[in-house]
Amino acid sequence: MAENTVQDVQAKEPLFGKKERKLLTDPLDDNNPITVQVLGICSALAVTSLVLPSLVISIAVVFVCAFSSLITSLVRNAIPSQVRMIVQLVIIASLVTIVELTLKAFNYPVYKQLSVYIGLIITNCIVMGRLEAFAMANKPWRSFLDGVGNGLGYGAILLIVAVVREVFGKGSLFAGSPLEMKFIGATNEYMINTTTSDWFGWYSNNNLMVLPAAAMFVIGILIWIQRSRNPKLVDIS
Amino acid sequence: MGEFINTFIRAAFVENLVLAYFLGMCSYLAVSKTVKTAFGLGLAVIFVLFVTMPINWLINEYLLSENGVFGVDLVFLRLILFIAVIASMVQLVEMVVEKFSPALYNSLGIFLPLITVNCAILGGSLFMVAREYNFTESVAFGLGGGFGWFLAIIAIAAIREKIKYSNVPPALRGLGMAFILTGLMGIAFMSLMGIDPAAFSGS
Repeated sequence: MAENTVQDVQAKEPLFGKKERKLLTDPLDDNNPITVQVLGICSALAVTSLVLPSLVISIAVVFVCAFSSLITSLVRNAIPSQVRMIVQLVIIASLVTIVELTLKAFNYPVYKQLSVYIGLIITNCIVMGRLEAFAMANKPWRSFLDGVGNGLGYGAILLIVAVVREVFGKGSLFAGSPLEMKFIGATNEYMINTTTSDWFGWYSNNNLMVLPAAAMFVIGILIWIQRSRNPKLVDIS
Repeated sequence: MGEFINTFIRAAFVENLVLAYFLGMCSYLAVSKTVKTAFGLGLAVIFVLFVTMPINWLINEYLLSENGVFGVDLVFLRLILFIAVIASMVQLVEMVVEKFSPALYNSLGIFLPLITVNCAILGGSLFMVAREYNFTESVAFGLGGGFGWFLAIIAIAAIREKIKYSNVPPALRGLGMAFILTGLMGIAFMSLMGIDPAAFSGS
């Protein structure tokens, strides 16, 4: 019986079955890279004061995470275990360089805005963490999905934080992009506290939200909400 | 000298790597459960930043730039080269420390290899390039940044040791509280912005 199932699985391993879907959706909530695995909080959060750069960096992380998992998984049997860190770092660094050069070529203002944070994706622990924990031991397609899932889970948190910070701190959304929304008042300033505004004239911009510290508070509160919904995640210590 | 002190103070307090730029957050949160381990990691970070920063500065200036040894613009190799330098320096530091001071080696333990993927180290080097620091400034930035990181992790570790005895809502215990504390500390550190760097550079 057991042999039978193993053979079955090998014979027609579904391209996108239940397990595969789980790989994609798990990191979005129950196994979120930031709020549960506590990986990759580094660096990228510093760009969350606006939505546009956060979106760019999320896409970059998904790309790097997915393809580094794929490549590592493809060559996993050829990597000697003593130098695997270096090999992984080289793979990640090459991918990040691709991202950096692409962005530099196609959207220079955003590249300038992100400055060092694109480069810092290399040391984003979530990329390396997934390589160590998953890609070194799994087949390429699954590793790829795992990379995409974790990148998305990471990006989701980044975007939530960015939306909260931009709306309450600057009174705009997607500032600097064609989709720009200034849903506050009729003035040219993306400020909530314009006295000419009909809707939100009473509201002054919350400068706290522009400070880096606000990102911490928002994540802290997100963790709080998530763990009250799902008490399994609460750490006992 | 004024330049040195100026950069040091800015890097250590006002532009603290953890609290203002979120660099090195992973190890900062993972290793800050007790003061003792936080102390070890903090020292290791100061040391590695102090060593890698000047090396990366020299590499960037004399190997990668157009006016360097090769006379070709090799900037696209920067990320790979920096991370390679950091990884090998950490390895080297580990071997030297193990050889000459086994006691220190034992107390630093697993933290040394962890530092390779500590964003604060690579971030420091990248900031140095982005801000076009000269050699003195980059040394000061390495020392100051490391010191700031050290201060931040010691402080959060001490608070976390005490907060165990407080009545925090269960869902917020541990990680959630650590985030909120870090935010509060960030605000506290920002108050040091009032220090006038010009007072130092003028002398």
